[in-house]
Amino acid sequence: MRDFYGVTLESPLMLGTAQYPSPAILAEAFRASGASVATVSLRRETGGGQDFWALVRELGVRILPNTAGCHTAKEAVTTAQMARELFETPWIKLEVIGHSDNLQPDPFELLEAARILCEEGFQVFPYTTEDLVLAERLVEVGCRVLMPWGAPIGSGLGLNNPYGLRSLRAYFPEIPLVVDAGLGLPSHAAEAMELGYDAILLNTAVAKAGDPVAMARAFALAAQAGRLAYEADPMEPRDMAAPSTPVIGKAWLD
Amino acid sequence: MKIRIKVNGKERDVQEVSLEGILKELGFGEAKVATAVNGEFVPVTARAERRLQQGDRLEVLAPMQGG
Repeated sequence: MRDFYGVTLESPLMLGTAQYPSPAILAEAFRASGASVATVSLRRETGGGQDFWALVRELGVRILPNTAGCHTAKEAVTTAQMARELFETPWIKLEVIGHSDNLQPDPFELLEAARILCEEGFQVFPYTTEDLVLAERLVEVGCRVLMPWGAPIGSGLGLNNPYGLRSLRAYFPEIPLVVDAGLGLPSHAAEAMELGYDAILLNTAVAKAGDPVAMARAFALAAQAGRLAYEADPMEPRDMAAPSTPVIGKAWLD
Repeated sequence: MKIRIKVNGKERDVQEVSLEGILKELGFGEAKVATAVNGEFVPVTARAERRLQQGDRLEVLAPMQGG
């Protein structure tokens, strides 16, 4: 199994911590799903930060801070530096947003930020598109994980470009790949894992479900099922039917 | 003599000029926060020596929910 900067994850589910109905439901969703990684952010301290930090530490999972909302490499680098100190981890989910409608990454600023952060010893998890050339460049500057989007953040549309995601898997057999963003249903998670992805990262589909705890568990089960299926070497699809029950020995009953 | 700085986007008058002192003065003394001055990260270890001037922009960030 591919590891994440030397860390083997118990579960392929990475879960966000935003938008839950309550802190208690957030904690329960993590417990029910066995998610191995929690994404967090940094924001101006207005009083809630300290309680949240205590809650996250009690989850007992790995912390993956993000640079959400950053639009330039400079902003993202400074945010990452602050995150490394605050959360005491070299891991950073590098998000550099390029467009306000679909929140897609700005490939140019993303690459520049990734280059600087890798030089500074960060272990970068870049939120990227499924663009093969950009992915290649990110690996060249030192990224050892890639996190292509399934669909725009918060859209729940699933895997918009399975071909692109499959290409990345084939092209980077050694690099851990995570589908980050856009998953809406557990079937999307299973699909990503069936493609050979190493993990999935999601937030909204769980937090905004009617029952976030049950949905977190559903995603965890789907991700596990998808991984098992990938490892089990699925059959090749074919256009024509092929009988599964033996034809020889059938009785003459006309 | 007080200086006027911007703390998380709001103007504040502070007595202290060291970042460490300002954080205490603003009530962040014991809090788990990370700081930046004028867009540059200032690590915990540099806070005592980092002096702020009139008009500086201080960001005080804390752990928060995120996706």
